[in-house]
Amino acid sequence: MNNSEIFIAIAIMSIISYFTRALPFIFFRNKEELPHYFLFIGKYFPSIIITILIVFTLKDVDFSIVPYGLKEIVGVFVTAILHLLFKNYLISIFLGTVFYMSLVQLI
Amino acid sequence: MKYKNELKKAFHISIPIMMGYIVLGFAFGLLLVSFDYSWYLAPIMSFFIYTGALQFVAINFFNIKAGYVDIAIASWFINIRQAFYGLSLIKRFNKTGKLKPYLIFALTDETYALLTSIKDDENLNKKWYYFFLLFFSQFYWLLGSTLGAIFGSNIKFNTQGLEFSLTALFVVLCIEQYKSLKNIFPFFIGFISSIFSLIFIPSDKMLLVSIVVALILLFTFERKIENE
Repeated sequence: MNNSEIFIAIAIMSIISYFTRALPFIFFRNKEELPHYFLFIGKYFPSIIITILIVFTLKDVDFSIVPYGLKEIVGVFVTAILHLLFKNYLISIFLGTVFYMSLVQLI
Repeated sequence: MKYKNELKKAFHISIPIMMGYIVLGFAFGLLLVSFDYSWYLAPIMSFFIYTGALQFVAINFFNIKAGYVDIAIASWFINIRQAFYGLSLIKRFNKTGKLKPYLIFALTDETYALLTSIKDDENLNKKWYYFFLLFFSQFYWLLGSTLGAIFGSNIKFNTQGLEFSLTALFVVLCIEQYKSLKNIFPFFIGFISSIFSLIFIPSDKMLLVSIVVALILLFTFERKIENE
């Protein structure tokens, strides 16, 4: 994207983000009024989108040639194990990324 | 100064957020300039968008030249969890007057967690206390991302693989989601729909198609999911 396209994209994301956060203050004054489908999406969709985003961030990896995306898969597992062990998101993200960077730069 | 106590208390409470936001913000700024985007986009984005996950994904939107409508829809679904944060704060944000629009704007995953875990102090002016707390938090994020972007554009080092910080962030968020939801089915739906789109859909439409397929699956298996 060129700079003016980027600025339009930033404006769109700003408006959508603000609208998302303001939604309950605008439309829903108490929880009983919420339509069922809205609560249903709200409960389950965050987990779905996070999973989708993991795969989305790996979209440029070519799984059909050596090393078949193994570096990325190992990176994901190392990050997950670090997080289960230390339960500190900064440690998991930092060490996970350093681990992956050394994999792609050194091997 | 009139609200000195509020300012002090808010700063004290915000320290855990300071650590997280400066480090994560730094990573964001670094990643942004590693794709040769201008450093000043980092503070602009952190000022106006101020949503960690979306800002990281935005770099991908720029790279693949995503369409505006696609960006809008994807942003909505990436942020949808935050539409539910306000529900438990409607009462607490009453009588916050002119500051209310900012308080709503600055509700992130972390500030929400903090706001809902602190007790209101009778001696403090609530609205200014909230305001300082949220303002400090955004300041840390802005500072971290600006520093990262400036550092990255001036000091050249091998950033190959740095984009994995985004994957790592989502892996961590995914584990945290599972801990609170304790239901594997939605993760399964997310995985199936995104793998499907990865194989069959061009990368600039992949996110959107994944979301649509996931929504269809979610409502198809509604009963099964809720009975898990």
